[in-house]
Amino acid sequence: MDAAVSTVSVGLPSVLRGLAEGKARVEVTAATLGEALDALARRYPGLERRLRDERGTLRRYVNFYVDGEECRRLDGPATHLRPGTEIVIIPSVAGG
Amino acid sequence: METLLAIGTRKGLWLARSRDRRTWDLSGPLFPVADVKAIGIDLRRGTPRLSAGVLNSHFGPTVVTSDDLGATWSEPDDAPVAFPADTGAALEGVWQFAYGPEPDVVHVGVEPSALFRSEDGGRSYQLVRALWEHPHRERWEPGGAGKVLHTILPHPSDPRRMSVAMSTGGVYRTEDGGHTWHPSNSGIKADFMPEDQQYPEYGQCVHKVAVDATDPDRQYLQNHGGVYRSDDGGASWRSIAGGLPVDFGFPIVAHPHRPEVVYNFPIDSSMMRFPPDGRCRVYRSEDAGATWTGLAKGLPEAGFWSAVMRDAMCADDADPAGIYFGSRSGEVWGSPDEGETWSLVAAHLPDVFCVRAAVI
Repeated sequence: MDAAVSTVSVGLPSVLRGLAEGKARVEVTAATLGEALDALARRYPGLERRLRDERGTLRRYVNFYVDGEECRRLDGPATHLRPGTEIVIIPSVAGG
Repeated sequence: METLLAIGTRKGLWLARSRDRRTWDLSGPLFPVADVKAIGIDLRRGTPRLSAGVLNSHFGPTVVTSDDLGATWSEPDDAPVAFPADTGAALEGVWQFAYGPEPDVVHVGVEPSALFRSEDGGRSYQLVRALWEHPHRERWEPGGAGKVLHTILPHPSDPRRMSVAMSTGGVYRTEDGGHTWHPSNSGIKADFMPEDQQYPEYGQCVHKVAVDATDPDRQYLQNHGGVYRSDDGGASWRSIAGGLPVDFGFPIVAHPHRPEVVYNFPIDSSMMRFPPDGRCRVYRSEDAGATWTGLAKGLPEAGFWSAVMRDAMCADDADPAGIYFGSRSGEVWGSPDEGETWSLVAAHLPDVFCVRAAVI
């Protein structure tokens, strides 16, 4: 296993938990945020398209906090994860 | 006889049911806060299958289906409509469902302008490559609603033949089952182009096209300025706007059974997107557009500063046919008698994007 790979937790907003067996938090093993989302996609494909489009682009109005910082202020999907990193997915501000 | 009227809005889907088409039981919202720009009612099945294109502003677009008339909805785990990786495109919304002569074949039109085909009754779709790879595609420009393929007209008996319409881009036809597509806009004006370029081969902003009830080669078209008819399957078009108060608008709806009967909702102009004088009136022609009659009994006589979008008018399949339309101001009106008299089905809804109705 790649030494940089970490086990991290991903917190899901309540509106999406139905697509992940009702779980509020899912553990995945990944080196980056993008890899964590890849792991989520393999387990819950119906969840994946709520988070990223088919090009793999993060949905504009979904925020991905990595240890408290929104990933777009870090390295986006390439943001490196450490053991125990907490990823929290939160719907942003959209609609009208 | 019970009729189902599905109402897609800017913030969800409502379903209305009626036994007399004058009083309605309304339920909703389903998919609250999601754009519902497309609804399909597949009447080729024992129990009609409902489909809806649902766009959540946070979580993106998808297609959902119901086999129990809207009581429950589902979607496959894998995205039902998705662009293949090599296209570099991503689905932004679903604008149209269409049902042709082949059982279980369903087409959807999407944004960005593309056509997808399902062979499993509308659960999963594949990109129609030949249209996506059309050399004209790079010159199809987005209209006010985006770059969308919003109209699909399968030939009722010949699965090789189909027309689609895009804004902008105009009408394209295939006669070989979607392997080749050619523009089909001869005679349709593009008044947003320089004066010497206003009749291009393609690039028009066609708003909606409908097929005559009995003659598949007769089609009616509401353009971004101009109302047209073709009698040759779309090969050529000529104006039928002479009897209308104005020639701008979005929807055009053919009667489900009667030949030469077509409905339209005129809007003053591109720069004045309200019905003339704020009068809410549907126009009907019973002679394929040669003459038109305003229908207003029961509709607001004044102060209707609203508009009807391209898919927000429809007919049901009953006899006499019911005609329905929804407004940007969230009202839905219905007529059980082919447009002679109207009554309110629903009010105070979000902007109505689409309506579809059928006897269930």
